[in-house]
Amino acid sequence: MQIQTGVEAGVEGALLKADVRELDFYYGAFHALKRVSMPIYDHRVTALIGPSGCGKSTLLRCFNRMHDLYPGNRYAGGGIVLYPDDTNLLAPGVDPIEVRMRISMVFQKPNPFPKSIYENVAYSLRVRGMRNKSELDDRVESALKGAALWSEVSNRLKELGANLSGGQQQRLCIARALASDPEIILFDEPTSALDPIATASIEELITELKEKVTILIVTHNMQQAARISDFTGYMYLGEMVEFGVTDQIFIKPQKKATEDYITGRFG
Amino acid sequence: MLKPADLDAIRAIIARAKRWDLFFSLLGILSLMVGVLTFTVLFVDMAIQGVPRLSFDFFTSFPSRRAENAGILSAWVGTILVMLVTALSAVPLGVAAGVYLEEYAPKNWMTDIIEINISNLAGIPSIVYGLLALGLFVYYFGFGQSILSAGLTLALLILPVIIVATREAIRAIPQSIHEGSYACGATTWQTVSDHILPYSSAGILTGVIIGMARAIGETAPIITIGALTFIAFLPTAPFAGDPPAGLFDWIFAPFTVMPIQMFNWTSRPEAAFTVNAAAAGFVLVFMTLAMNGLAIYVRYRLRKNIKW
Repeated sequence: MQIQTGVEAGVEGALLKADVRELDFYYGAFHALKRVSMPIYDHRVTALIGPSGCGKSTLLRCFNRMHDLYPGNRYAGGGIVLYPDDTNLLAPGVDPIEVRMRISMVFQKPNPFPKSIYENVAYSLRVRGMRNKSELDDRVESALKGAALWSEVSNRLKELGANLSGGQQQRLCIARALASDPEIILFDEPTSALDPIATASIEELITELKEKVTILIVTHNMQQAARISDFTGYMYLGEMVEFGVTDQIFIKPQKKATEDYITGRFG
Repeated sequence: MLKPADLDAIRAIIARAKRWDLFFSLLGILSLMVGVLTFTVLFVDMAIQGVPRLSFDFFTSFPSRRAENAGILSAWVGTILVMLVTALSAVPLGVAAGVYLEEYAPKNWMTDIIEINISNLAGIPSIVYGLLALGLFVYYFGFGQSILSAGLTLALLILPVIIVATREAIRAIPQSIHEGSYACGATTWQTVSDHILPYSSAGILTGVIIGMARAIGETAPIITIGALTFIAFLPTAPFAGDPPAGLFDWIFAPFTVMPIQMFNWTSRPEAAFTVNAAAAGFVLVFMTLAMNGLAIYVRYRLRKNIKW
């Protein structure tokens, strides 16, 4: 992989938040990520694109150690270093729960818990031991405001999360991910189950969220990556083919393979 | 260009194909009726024989040598107490084992062997559990021929049912909910207590009731451990008598249960006892149905608030 010169241009003022270093990952015998390297910049949106099965979701799920939940998955070399404390998220001594407390995630299909709207958002605070009612109330309200959902649900916090529309449910999940004040939020194709209007509102929200938090998003919608991200990585067959500033990846890709994919000749 | 003749041909083909639909739906109804009608006939026959015999005295009398004086007091009290011991021991054990296997256990050859064995346990004849219990509970642990021994025996018998039901109820929870909890930073225990158990409780309850319905009618293992067939007293109530009984003294009391009482009555030559057996059978079926009804209601209440 080669880091383009364009990255330096886009970096102005942006600090490194995390660094994927020559990461190898296996599902059983299947080599799913092959020496992947990529920087993640603080308070920027980084998008991962590529055809199905290219490893983009696999890479995303390394960031919160989701792979640890299933047997047979193996981080085989390299790592993901989180700054400013230089912690390798994948080091054997690092507790995956600690990693998930720092890096939260929004899934492909909205997955609110079958609990009330309030309890859905409060859950990520409760696992952190927060019991004080007024503090919980404040944090839930600010998370729902941050997810642009407060005005729609402020008078129905006791209702089930599942009673909301699909787009609202996804914003509820964003509020849940936001409530614990994470350093990075991972988005795994967050709009693939939503209609165009709900998609637009989620995209707008993601653009606003980068004020508060660093964002890594997997999308199979290239226009979406072009619209909302600052940096884009193109992956194919478990390798990072090209990484760079989004405008440059889409306007002047350095690799033939990237160009073929984004122009629709392949993929 | 479609000609009218072609249309007729298509219609003929559809009509012929639909004859199979009709054939199989009739076959299905017939198969269904074999089960439903058999039960209905048995139940109605039992009700016709037994219901006239039901009276307040029937529930409050001990067994007697005279059929008209005999009642099921010791039997229904025994059944309820044995079921209580069974539920209190089998439910925590079965649910804990099921949760462990689904959420904690590593997936390797050891757990594979355990899984296969649990399914096999469900198929072991109940008399074998009776023999095991006779050796283990009655003699080795010295619980005697008591409500405790019987309850624990039936608990062993239905444990596999509860474990399997627990696992299936847990597997019915979408993976996305599971991952959502872990992604919030929850530990396995937080995930189990905040999500897995609340969301699977309806399914677990169904399994518990299926198990209890099986246990309530079991006769063989209870006879094996030595339940009495004729018993004219009740276990001592907590704090009753002189000196006062302890809170749990009743679990060591001798007992009988409904199916044994029925078995005892059907083996008598007098027709009047057969009527008693039918009446007791009716009460037993009613107890089972009431348990099922309660389970359906509770399950409905639990599921109302669970939508994925």
